[in-house]
Amino acid sequence: MNLLGKLTWAAIPWDSPLPLFASAAAALAILGTLGWVVARGHFPYLWKEWLTSVDHKRIGVMYTVLALVMLLRGFTDALMMRSHQAIALHSNGYLPPEHYNQVFSSHGTIMIFFVAMPFMIGLMNFVVPLQLGIRDVAFPTLNSVGFWLTATGALLVNISLGVGEFSRTGWLPYPPLSELAYSPGVGVDYYLWALQISGAGTLLSGINLTTTILKTRAPGMSLLRMPMFCWTSLASNLLIVAAFPVLTATLAMLILDRYLGFHFFTNDHGGNMMMFMNLIWAWGHPEVYILILPAFGIFSEVVSTFSSKPLFGYRSMVMATMVICVLAFMVWLHHFFTMGAGGDVNAFFGIMTTIIAVPTGVKVFNWMFTMYGGRVRFDVPMLWAIGFIVTFVIGGMTGVILAIPPIDFLLHNSLFLVAHFHNVIIGGVLFGAFAGYHYWFPKAFGFRLHSGWGKAAFWFWLIGFYVAFMPLYVLGFFGMTRRMQHYDVPDWQPWLIVASVGAGLIAIGIGCLIVQLVTSIRDRKELRDPTGDPWEGRTLEWAVPSPPPVFNFAVLPEVSGEEAYWAMKHAVRGGPEPSYGAIELPRNSPTGVVCAFFATVMGFALIWHIWWMAIAGLFGAWATFIVFAWRDHSEEIMGADEVRHTDLGARGQPA
Amino acid sequence: MACVLPLAGCSGGVLDPQGAVGVAEVKIFYNSLAIMMTVVVPVIVGTLAFAWWFRASNKRARYRPDWTHSGQVEIVVWFIPLLIILLLSGVIWTGSHALDPATRLKSGVPPVEVQVVSLDWKWLFIYPRDGVASVNLLVVPAGTPVHFTLTSGSVMNTFFVPQLGSMIYTMNGMADNLYLVADRPGTYYGRSTMISGDGFPDMQFAVAALPPARFAAWVAGAHGGATLDAAAYRALSHQGTVPRPIVFGSVAPGMFADVVAQRLPPGPGPRLTSPGTTEPKK
Repeated sequence: MNLLGKLTWAAIPWDSPLPLFASAAAALAILGTLGWVVARGHFPYLWKEWLTSVDHKRIGVMYTVLALVMLLRGFTDALMMRSHQAIALHSNGYLPPEHYNQVFSSHGTIMIFFVAMPFMIGLMNFVVPLQLGIRDVAFPTLNSVGFWLTATGALLVNISLGVGEFSRTGWLPYPPLSELAYSPGVGVDYYLWALQISGAGTLLSGINLTTTILKTRAPGMSLLRMPMFCWTSLASNLLIVAAFPVLTATLAMLILDRYLGFHFFTNDHGGNMMMFMNLIWAWGHPEVYILILPAFGIFSEVVSTFSSKPLFGYRSMVMATMVICVLAFMVWLHHFFTMGAGGDVNAFFGIMTTIIAVPTGVKVFNWMFTMYGGRVRFDVPMLWAIGFIVTFVIGGMTGVILAIPPIDFLLHNSLFLVAHFHNVIIGGVLFGAFAGYHYWFPKAFGFRLHSGWGKAAFWFWLIGFYVAFMPLYVLGFFGMTRRMQHYDVPDWQPWLIVASVGAGLIAIGIGCLIVQLVTSIRDRKELRDPTGDPWEGRTLEWAVPSPPPVFNFAVLPEVSGEEAYWAMKHAVRGGPEPSYGAIELPRNSPTGVVCAFFATVMGFALIWHIWWMAIAGLFGAWATFIVFAWRDHSEEIMGADEVRHTDLGARGQPA
Repeated sequence: MACVLPLAGCSGGVLDPQGAVGVAEVKIFYNSLAIMMTVVVPVIVGTLAFAWWFRASNKRARYRPDWTHSGQVEIVVWFIPLLIILLLSGVIWTGSHALDPATRLKSGVPPVEVQVVSLDWKWLFIYPRDGVASVNLLVVPAGTPVHFTLTSGSVMNTFFVPQLGSMIYTMNGMADNLYLVADRPGTYYGRSTMISGDGFPDMQFAVAALPPARFAAWVAGAHGGATLDAAAYRALSHQGTVPRPIVFGSVAPGMFADVVAQRLPPGPGPRLTSPGTTEPKK
């Protein structure tokens, strides 16, 4: 009995310099940063104010930081794939197949689960309570646990770079390829445990935000007075609550197959791989709406604010959002029209899929008519919004094309498909995330992001996107398949070279974002926004100072109409001094970060079959929960004087 | 067989169909594209035009901050996409049925039967009526429908010849049906589109559509080659790629059914070298 399970020194990729150096550099960067923080004496601050914080604003910021860091990792994978394919005609390029297959698998996994998801959840966490006019989310400590479990998943995926290997089966591990018989290494296990742990975190976050929106709004904030972003967040979190258990159950079945010799999806003993595909897409299709709906909400806020007009057709928009929310569950089969289900089934799911284009089309029209009759200001968030509408309409059209079964028979699994989903995920989700990032950054930190670098980033991203992905549409028509480590068709190469140039332009765009962040922090005095409302905003988050005090609203706002925030926020900000009262605040708690530590230990141990350690990790996480559940003091009271002092301080007025 | 060397030359894409199935599918593509362009182009132009005309610095544009709702406009914005989708739904319903892969093609000649087995990482084609088989080379008579029965000898794959039309999954333990036809003689590129492991990029094959007489001659010439029996199949089912096509002169009867029924077991997959990692592809 080996105390370390399957783990030996051979798990370190000594013979592959690329992952070896990359993981060593990442480990050094993390240790170096930690060392610097400890050496400079910042660790107590970091621990008290951030790592153990249960403030939704801090947690939102940490989600966003996680997303941005993982974006760099996922994009590095993308650069490797594009440059590799540009030279892999009749040759093996520079990445051997077993490595290349890990690169595209980790690219997809990271971009969806550890970039797009935390980015959206981070923005929702930060903004939704402020827009609802409340002081915190429904379950603050649960929120912290959700974030840290997501971080655990991201950490496990990155550990796979230096210890063992990652999955080689694509971002969704289709059996039987992902079964023990065909993927005996630890790669798929890394994938499974990273997603099980982070998926649990996402579900907790979904429960928390759904409850927050449904149960804890400011007085007078009826559902139909909520800002559009709150509506799309509600829809998105309802989908999380409904869909993520499906993911967990599906992956659990694959885990049972791999660990305990079950036969849910195996070739033999009655296993059925088709069941996996149905189940995984029963989660997977709602997942894309989980990502895009909050982005739709961001664009609604941005288009309305920068057109200096309320959103056109608010009730139509609410209706469209909820229709998409329901339809998201009725289209999963379009991911495998080529399985031979027959004409009736394929036609049904094809039609259901195209029907989603109706509410989506309504949204696009309503954004257009919001600009109509407005005074459009082309600040950075608005540029992302306009770039989104144009790009997303193209991506939506190619999506409808793929939803027509006879056409999908030609384009399924081709680079046309790859171009389509990057078209909607970059052009929709990521552009939305960047719009939100630029829009709410001044709210979070009290100073704006440099707009020149922001515009440069936008244009490099936009042009880079078209240069990188339009050639992939063409290659799909040429019959080129996704996930090819090398190819023998010379006609494909020129297009792949152009696509790699596009990836380079996007790299410059990312560089601009980094420079923008650095210079904005450096010039934060000049970029300071003392008003708390730099964009002439129309929703409640702009009524509080930037950055908002820990309690958000010293006095809870009274909401009295659909577009009343517009008038009201001026009243809240400029009115006579309110009568301050004492406020109950949730106490910070290390439950989340400690729980995640044990979850990481458990996940790593399960991947490597180190059973004693897995039990220790599980016990540790459970004990953390017990300690939290038996706490004596869950809240602190902030007295009226301190509330007054903090509130006036945040507004820059002498107390 | 001559086609294999200039495989690169066989690179026509899906928009250059050489068979009735592909032609019909491409027609549906162009029709749907045209239907959608009628709304996509105006939306893009309109978005840019509205944004530009209503820019804050344009004093000629009328500012209407209270125009936030209009019954007429709302009806139109719900109905335009609805009408488009209604039209497309018709296309989807008829197209999905007419072009269902299992639908027999209308033709004066009876179809040729070909049984397809995807293996790690090569394609096995069995001609049950003629008792011959080939690996990574699919020879069919031009102008004659081909009835493919497909399964997998290991993981999932997708059988796809871009210039002939519909692709379909191959899965172990079950068989599905696909009808295709090559309208004229030629050499076409075929491959798997579903990641199946490290040798996946090499899961490609040449399709030689020959005039019927030459097809018969190819079958006749193939006889006398090696025999594909259970032992030969097991050897083939090990992971690895095949540098050049193989032709078998005779095939053990019922081999395809044996693969589907798993009397011939699924391929063994990779061997583990060091704990945690699998050996690189040879």
